Amino acid sequence: MSAPVSYAEGILQAFRYLLGNYPEVFAIGQGLWSPWYVGASMKDLDKEFGQARVIDTPISELATTGAAIGASLNGYRPIVIHPRLDFMVLATDQIVNQAAKWRHMLGGRSPAVTIRGIINRGGEQGAQHSQALHAWYAHIPGLRVVMPATPQDARDLLIAATLCDDPVLYIDDRWLYELSAEMPPPGPVDLTTQTPKVLRTGTDITFVAASYSVTLAREAAEALAKKGVSAEVIDLRVINPLDHSVTRASVKKTGRLLAIDGGWQTCGLAGEIIAGAVEDLPPSAFRARPQRITLPDAPAPTSKVLENIYYPTTEHVVAVAEQMLAE
Amino acid sequence: MEMTDSLRLGPLADPTQFVGSLDIAGYAGDDLKRMLAGMLTIRFAEEAVADLVESGEAVCPCHLGIGQEAIAVGVSSVLRHTDKIFGNHRSHSHYLALGGDLFAMYAEILGRKAGASQGMGGSMHLFAPDVGFCGSVPIVGATIPIAVGAALAAKMDGRGDVAVAYFGDGACEEGVLHESLNMAAIYKLPILFVCENNLYSSHLDIGLRQPTDSVARFAAAHCISHRVVEGNDLIAVAKAAGDLVKAGRESGSPGFLEAVTFRWRGHVGPKEDIDVGVRRKPEILAAWKHRDPVRRLREAMVKTGMLTDAQFEKTCAVIKSAIADAVERARKAPYPETAALLDLVYAPRRNQ
Repeated sequence: MSAPVSYAEGILQAFRYLLGNYPEVFAIGQGLWSPWYVGASMKDLDKEFGQARVIDTPISELATTGAAIGASLNGYRPIVIHPRLDFMVLATDQIVNQAAKWRHMLGGRSPAVTIRGIINRGGEQGAQHSQALHAWYAHIPGLRVVMPATPQDARDLLIAATLCDDPVLYIDDRWLYELSAEMPPPGPVDLTTQTPKVLRTGTDITFVAASYSVTLAREAAEALAKKGVSAEVIDLRVINPLDHSVTRASVKKTGRLLAIDGGWQTCGLAGEIIAGAVEDLPPSAFRARPQRITLPDAPAPTSKVLENIYYPTTEHVVAVAEQMLAE
Repeated sequence: MEMTDSLRLGPLADPTQFVGSLDIAGYAGDDLKRMLAGMLTIRFAEEAVADLVESGEAVCPCHLGIGQEAIAVGVSSVLRHTDKIFGNHRSHSHYLALGGDLFAMYAEILGRKAGASQGMGGSMHLFAPDVGFCGSVPIVGATIPIAVGAALAAKMDGRGDVAVAYFGDGACEEGVLHESLNMAAIYKLPILFVCENNLYSSHLDIGLRQPTDSVARFAAAHCISHRVVEGNDLIAVAKAAGDLVKAGRESGSPGFLEAVTFRWRGHVGPKEDIDVGVRRKPEILAAWKHRDPVRRLREAMVKTGMLTDAQFEKTCAVIKSAIADAVERARKAPYPETAALLDLVYAPRRNQ
C-alpha cells in the first residue's frame, strides 16, 4: 500500500498500466488531447504514449465507436472514450446492434472493445448533460456493463474491461473523482470472476447500489449506525450480467432490501435488483416491503430549486430505511 | 466506361448503353476464365438461394444481387486474404468472390451448425475471416465505420493490408458514411469504400431520395480519391479498384469506388418487385438484364478465341453441380445444439 489514490487517478493508473504493458491497447475518443473533457483521469497520456495510441477524434461518436469495434475484430483492444453518456447515445447502433451482437450472430469473435462513458451531472447542466443511462445498456445481452464505486475499482475494473474478450461498457462518475483510497500496485484482472462486494456487513437492512449510489448507501449506513441500526452495503460493481446471489444471501439475513440507483425508476436497475431477490426468496423472508430510491421519472432540470430535489441524498436513504424498519 | 468529375451518372445509369462485349485487352485468358467462373458461381449460387426461398426451405431474409456480380469479382481480384472485407445485407457475392465456402453459405442460410456463422446469423450474417471476409450485417451503413477501424488496425500493423467496405447507394443517406469518410481522410487510412450503386434502396429509386444520382460526390467532399465506373464491366471495376487499392497499400490513402449497376431481383427474396418498386418498370429491368456482366465478358472471350461455347457450357455445368452438392450437404447438416442460444452470448471463460 502507498499514498491514497483518487478515483480519477485510479482511472489514470489503469490507462498507464494498460498502455504500458499491452501494445494492442489504444485509446480513442473526443477530448483526449485536452484535460478539459476527461479531467485528471487521462492527463498527459498522449504525451507519454504518443498521439498514435491516444487518439483525439472529430465529433463523430458513431464512427469512432464503430472504428474501435473494427480494430478490436483485428487484434487490438481499443478503449473508446465518451466524455458524457448523453452524447454516447449517438453511438448506440454500434454499441447495441454491433458490439453486443457480433459474437452471437456471426458465431465468431467478440469485439474485445471497451467503451468508457462518463456520467457528468449536477451544476445546472440540464437534461442533455446529466444522464445516467446504464440500465438501458445493461438490458442488452452480449454487452458487459461495469460501474466502479471505489477508487480501486475505478482502476481495476477498467483493466478488467480492457483485458476482457467481450465488449464492455465501463461507466465512471465524475462525482466520485475526488474519493480516495490506498491500493496495491495494478495488475491483470479477469472481469468474468468479478462479483458484487459486501462493503459493510449488517443485520437489519440491506442496501444494494452501484457507482455513486454506493457512496449514498455507505454514508446512510454510517448515519444509521449512530442510531443503533446495522445496515449491510452491497456494491454490485458489474450490472450486466447481474449477479443476484450476494443480494439474496444478504436479504435472507436482514429481511429488508433497499435498492438505490442514480438512474430512472421505470424499467431501471433498482427494480431489477428487487426482482432478483423477490423471485428467489419466499414472502416470509421479508420483514418489510422492498423499496427503491431512484431519480424521479423526469429529465434533469437546470434550475437550482428543482435540481436540489432531483438527485437522491444520504438523508433520503436514511429516511426510507427508517420507514422500512418501522414497518 | 468511367466517368470523371460530374455530379450526374448520365449514360452510366442508362441501361441501353454499354451493352456490347467488354474490352479485355491486356488480360490473360486464365485470369478472365477465373473471374468469369467467379461471376457464374455467384449467379448460380444465388439462383439456388432463390429456389430455397421459393420452396420454403430457407426462411431467413435473403437479399439477392443477381446482375451485380462484376463488382465483387472485380474488387476481389485485387485483394488478398489478409485484407479485411466487410459486407452488408446483400453479401453473398462479396463472400463468394473472396472464396467463401459454398457449403458453409448454404448451411448458414438453412441455420445449420456448420454454417459460416455457426448457423446463428443466416443469409445476412456471413463470416469467413480465413479468406478476408470479416462479417456482414443488415443495419444499413453499420459496417462502414467498422471497416474504418479495420483499416486503422491495418495501418498500425504496417503490413500493407487494406480494408474494404461494401455498401449501397441507400447507405450514402446514413450519417455514419460521412463520419467514416471524414475519419478515413484525416487519419489517412488504407480503406476502399465500394458503393454498389444499383439506383435503388429497398423500393425507392435514387431520384426520389437524393438530389443527384452519383454518390461519389460524398468522397469528393471529404477529399478522398474516387472513381465512378460501369459496374457491369468487370474490367473497368477491376482496373479502378486495382488503382485505388494500390494507393491504399503503398501510401495508406483511402479510396472510393462507385460502381453503377442494377439488381435483377427485388429488395429481398426471389421476386422482381416490379409491383412494389417505385419507378421500377418491366422495360427498364429487361434493358438492365441485357446489360449483363456475364454475357458481355463471355462474348469478349469468345470473340478473341479464349473461350468456346462448349467450354462455357462445361464451366456452367461444373459450377451448378458443385452448388447442387453443397445445397444437398447443407440440407443434411445438423442444427446447432440448443445450448448455443446462451453459450455464444459471451466469450468462453479463459482457463475453462
